[in-house]
Amino acid sequence: MLEIKNLHAGIEGKEILKGLNLTVGTGEVHAIMGPNGSGKSTLANVLAGRPKYEVLSGSVSFDGKDLLAMPAEQRAREGVFLAMQYPVEIPGVNNIYFLKAAFNAIRKHRGEEELDAIDFLQLARQKMKVVDLDEAFMNRAVNEGFSGGEKKRNEIFQMAVLDPKLAILDETDSGLDIDALRVVAEGVNALRSEKHSVLVITHYQRLLTYLVPDFVHVLANGRIVKQGGKELALELEKKGYEWIESEMAAAQ
Amino acid sequence: MSVLAEQASQRFGQLGWPTPRLEEWKYTNLSSLTQREWARATTPASVDLSSVTLGDRAVAEYVYVNGVYAPELSTPNPLFVMAPSTREQHYARYADYANHAMTALNTANAQDGALLQIDASINGFVHVIHYSTDGYASHPRNLFVVARGAQAAIVERYAGTGTYFTNAVTELVAGEGAVVDHYKLECESIDAFHIATTQVHEQRAAAVTTRAISLGGAVVRNETNVALTGEGASIVLEGLYVLTGRQHVDNHTVVDHARPHCESLELYKGILDQSARGIFDGKIIVRPGAQKTVSRQTNNNLLLSETAIADSKPTLEIFNDDVKCNHGSTIGQLDEQAMFYLRSRGVGEAEARSLLVYAFASEIVDRMKVEPVREQVRRIMFRALPNHLPERRESER
Repeated sequence: MLEIKNLHAGIEGKEILKGLNLTVGTGEVHAIMGPNGSGKSTLANVLAGRPKYEVLSGSVSFDGKDLLAMPAEQRAREGVFLAMQYPVEIPGVNNIYFLKAAFNAIRKHRGEEELDAIDFLQLARQKMKVVDLDEAFMNRAVNEGFSGGEKKRNEIFQMAVLDPKLAILDETDSGLDIDALRVVAEGVNALRSEKHSVLVITHYQRLLTYLVPDFVHVLANGRIVKQGGKELALELEKKGYEWIESEMAAAQ
Repeated sequence: MSVLAEQASQRFGQLGWPTPRLEEWKYTNLSSLTQREWARATTPASVDLSSVTLGDRAVAEYVYVNGVYAPELSTPNPLFVMAPSTREQHYARYADYANHAMTALNTANAQDGALLQIDASINGFVHVIHYSTDGYASHPRNLFVVARGAQAAIVERYAGTGTYFTNAVTELVAGEGAVVDHYKLECESIDAFHIATTQVHEQRAAAVTTRAISLGGAVVRNETNVALTGEGASIVLEGLYVLTGRQHVDNHTVVDHARPHCESLELYKGILDQSARGIFDGKIIVRPGAQKTVSRQTNNNLLLSETAIADSKPTLEIFNDDVKCNHGSTIGQLDEQAMFYLRSRGVGEAEARSLLVYAFASEIVDRMKVEPVREQVRRIMFRALPNHLPERRESER
């Protein structure tokens, strides 16, 4: 589904990803772990198409298409979703109105019929229950006045409604208490199927207890330096990232 | 000619047309207006008002065409007829024709205008339409006197077709404890010159909201002057200017806190596209006797192109220690993070821009209490700022 080859990318003239390779198959859940500054968020933003990030070389194909050639909205319509580390507050834009616009833009792109307000509301209500978000949030401005946990749940709610082929979670677990963490994991688990892939980007192992990955990759200094199964996450938690760094130093 | 008109005419002769050499007019040059000859109407022309009338949704509707009352287009209400003594007491007592040239010009040349006396609360709103056609100058003169304890909503709307010149003056008197919701909707033709003064005079514990919405016009000047002359009076001033092309809108406001315990809350927002220019020049005066004044003055601007210009000049003049006042202004572009957030969910760039632009204006629009007006402003805004924004951005000054 997703194939990243020798990706070099950065921001403001600074190279952060230095030859990253990663393949995510359909139906798989991959975790990317790594210390601060290793390039985790850069990877998430480059995949979602945030304008200020620059791709220097390499390729990313998504379902056989050139992902890097698409503007952000087209990536979303093709089925990429980024749950952001810092969801933006947008005063004056109604949460549910915005989500309906996004939902129908995606439907239209897929050649499906757009949903009217009533049918859409019904779908939204159903998905809100999954993430335990109060219905009152529907008619508030996007993320405005939401607590940190509510913002993250709103991200997962949007993901559940938009039903992406590839969900990228950029440190969605940071700042969440254990209950919120469980809700987020359940939301993602509900999406898990042989048709959906998930890329979980995280600093800590905590979330992976509830959202068990098929593969774990360690990102350091802009490259994947170690890969393994779910047990790698536990090992990292125990030994810390210094272990990877000293192993890398020894190898050089 | 009446004695008043004679005096005002003389005064205009002495003052002359305002020029950018005057501090209050430094942003606006009227030479393209003053060099033209304008016609003066004596009878109301027959015009199509279907896009501006609110019909029976208003409790009364008064229509003026090129400054002349059009009885066959109006639905007046006998309840609001002004007594001669009220007129005598208030007409031209507040808008200062001795020192303001455009007010003098209006006072000298005014033909008709809505003179309404509202003695008891209105359930609904009064609609006053000033409509103009190509080649004419008009000097609409309105006086609204809302009696002690009464509540009223009054909507003034300015619209027309072609190139014309409107020079309006409205005096609004809010008696003790009166509650007034006032709208001035400037939806003039894109080639029109529009100059207007709204003079608000508030007595003790009166509560007035006055809104200056500018959506049309080539050169527009909105002056709103508020005198809080009784203890505990309050004013909310809201402004919205949504401009494109080479439109020029100059907003000038003065709030005079003369008595204790008064409050003024001011918010003007500008959305400027292409080579438009929007100005906010606001002054709050707190006099020595106005203890416990609360005042907030804010001007926020959203620039949608490289060539649009926003000027913002909020000023406080405080002659008193016992006050709570703050003011500030911002000039910015669309928030890139918000744009990316919307696009990353699949919303196209043009629609994302429109959503954010509308969101910026919604703070003002959503607070409009008169529903048909709110809906109309929304519609006009959507028409002015729809999905062509990215293309429109490329034009040059």
